[in-house]
Amino acid sequence: MPAVQETIDRVKLIDVDQYKYGFETTIEMEKAPKGLSEDIVRFISKKKDEPEWMTEWRLDAYRRWLTMREPRWARVQYPPIDYDELYYYAAPKGMTGPTSIDELDPEILKTYEKLGIPLREVEMLEGIQRPNVAVDAVFDSVSVATTFKAELAKAGVIFMPISEAIREHPELVRKYLGSVVPVTDNFFATLNSAVFSDGSFVYVPPGVRCPMELSTYFRINERNTGQFERTLIIADKGSYVSYLEGCTAPRRDENQLHAAVVELIALDDAEIKYSTVQNWYPGDSEGKGGIFNFVTKRGDCRGRNSVITWTQVETGSAITWKYPSCILRGDGSRGEFYSIAISNGRQQVDSGTKMIHLGKNTTSRVISKGIAAGKSDNTYRGLVSAHRRATGARNFTNCDSLLIGNQCGAHTVPYLESNNSTAVFEHEATTSKISEDQMFYCMQRGLGEEEAVALIVNGFVKDVLQQLPMEFAVEAQKLISISLEGSVG
Amino acid sequence: MLEIRNLVVQIEDNRILNGLNLTVHDGEVAAIMGPNGSGKSTLSYVIAGKEDYEVLDGEIVLDGQNLLEMEPDQRAAAGVFLAFQYPLEIPGVGTMTFLKAALNAQRKARGEPELTTPELMKRVNAVGEKLEISRDFLKRALNVGFSGGEKKRMEILQMALLEPKFCILDETDSGLDIDALRIVSEGVNALRSPDRSFLVITHYQRLLNHIVPDTVHVMSSGRIVRSGGKELALELEANGYADYRQQAEAA
Repeated sequence: MPAVQETIDRVKLIDVDQYKYGFETTIEMEKAPKGLSEDIVRFISKKKDEPEWMTEWRLDAYRRWLTMREPRWARVQYPPIDYDELYYYAAPKGMTGPTSIDELDPEILKTYEKLGIPLREVEMLEGIQRPNVAVDAVFDSVSVATTFKAELAKAGVIFMPISEAIREHPELVRKYLGSVVPVTDNFFATLNSAVFSDGSFVYVPPGVRCPMELSTYFRINERNTGQFERTLIIADKGSYVSYLEGCTAPRRDENQLHAAVVELIALDDAEIKYSTVQNWYPGDSEGKGGIFNFVTKRGDCRGRNSVITWTQVETGSAITWKYPSCILRGDGSRGEFYSIAISNGRQQVDSGTKMIHLGKNTTSRVISKGIAAGKSDNTYRGLVSAHRRATGARNFTNCDSLLIGNQCGAHTVPYLESNNSTAVFEHEATTSKISEDQMFYCMQRGLGEEEAVALIVNGFVKDVLQQLPMEFAVEAQKLISISLEGSVG
Repeated sequence: MLEIRNLVVQIEDNRILNGLNLTVHDGEVAAIMGPNGSGKSTLSYVIAGKEDYEVLDGEIVLDGQNLLEMEPDQRAAAGVFLAFQYPLEIPGVGTMTFLKAALNAQRKARGEPELTTPELMKRVNAVGEKLEISRDFLKRALNVGFSGGEKKRMEILQMALLEPKFCILDETDSGLDIDALRIVSEGVNALRSPDRSFLVITHYQRLLNHIVPDTVHVMSSGRIVRSGGKELALELEANGYADYRQQAEAA
């Protein structure tokens, strides 16, 4: 049974006001001229003071991009993007990289305060704000602050903006950049390779357990500007790192493009946990505005017994096109994907994962919870494949969809390819609706309608929430309630 | 306590209640008996405020408050509790989490301070012991994988915890074995008080041996056709509902 007629009426009233990160920071910005050309690519590279090899790498990507087409196979619809109308570089004036907090424009500092992101180490150390999380803050095209760098350096961990890493650790960047997501992987990844402006770089040396959570906070502020960040994380032999990523953007009537690339590399016995809480501006109830989130995320379990875990809570963006994947190359390696994708209003989500089993005795686990409300569409698209040499490969996939109201859609598109007779793949999928009876039962016990939905939904996503680092889980739970506000009447 | 006057209710053009009148006094345990399809469960849902039911006429007043103008959660905060015939499962939501959310939502609606978790656990454990509900159950998702009897006991636990003033038991005896029936009945009896009333809906006299009613009402074709004391239940047990069916058809 669909949830009540009133649901539909109320959904019509969803207001963008519930997006509380929609404010704009007024600050003088420096932009590259509109549009994309070799000159713009050179401009960006020069701004970052990059070595010649990097400029060439970008130009090569740009030339290849010119020959490529946008992928159209996803179950999403959007008007054509005019790539000549976008700005590919925007930075707070006079900034090309992080400075000390005291030199940071107070407006930017205020922005992150409003977002609840601590940039002042002193306050964090005193426990005034969330402790034990090192933050790299990316504002439009540049990283504006990276905290706890000194602290981390003591452990040998390198955590810095990628633009800085290109200058300071070229040997590491050259070795690994583009080694998981090749330059020509797909249209958006190639575009990113040409114009990426900033993002985070992490290197954890052999045997080191990173002493704190690392996180990057992405903020799009400038109008008509694409954000193309690039993240590269390398966990050397026997090391461990947990990394969190958060995103918000101002409320605007036009769509904005966000095309990021994230590459993870885990060597022998290393483990990387990558968690995302994605809350880009989703557009208003009529589908006006919002972020186009076209992201390529891939992890390479390059070493034996390495582990990569993706956990994502996706509540924002007008369109999400994103498939964090694992290449299970090392024998005995393990890939995990835990996802909560919520769509409301007119949001469109096409998300899932790829688990590519290449090594022997590799295992993977996929738990996906899609929740669709309003007039949204929510698709899980996943691939599990076993190479003929991947003897003993095992996968377990569980995809559950929950519908709220009767104008939304949930779709599950699993692809299975097994070239090995010893591979064992299991796939479970369910689709359910929050029943009127469940709602009535909760309300009879005194819960308000929205409280009841939030409770039922939180129950539905519990398996995945448990995978998130503690503080993030609490945040995510709140975010889920906020995202579903107005989804019932 | 509760006053129902000339209640007329339909669902999808089917008239279920036809001008039902019923008064339940403070501290009274009123039993409603009647054949299948006489509208007993509909009555309980309409009092609690389930959607789908169209109230064409009449009123339901609880201590001066017009229930028909209130949402189900507001009615709950005002003291209406319905022990479901088929309690719902809420996957992934721990029983304790649910109890805390429900109790605090009601307290908030009444302007009372929220209860802390230790205080809540103390209360839940105290009630749980009486109902012979093991603490393990409180950690599990609400009603998921519970047997019929366990679900019914959980309903009574919620009732005891929420301390409503008007309790409706919708065929709480169905699906209970003798031991469970005793435990549930004792649980209910322990809650009887001068400022709490009960509406006990049942097919069988059996439950009324355990929960002894003050009044018994016979329902047929959406109306109360006869009212009396507890002896009326015994009479029904002996003679069946045949007379009332004919009476209703004649009317």
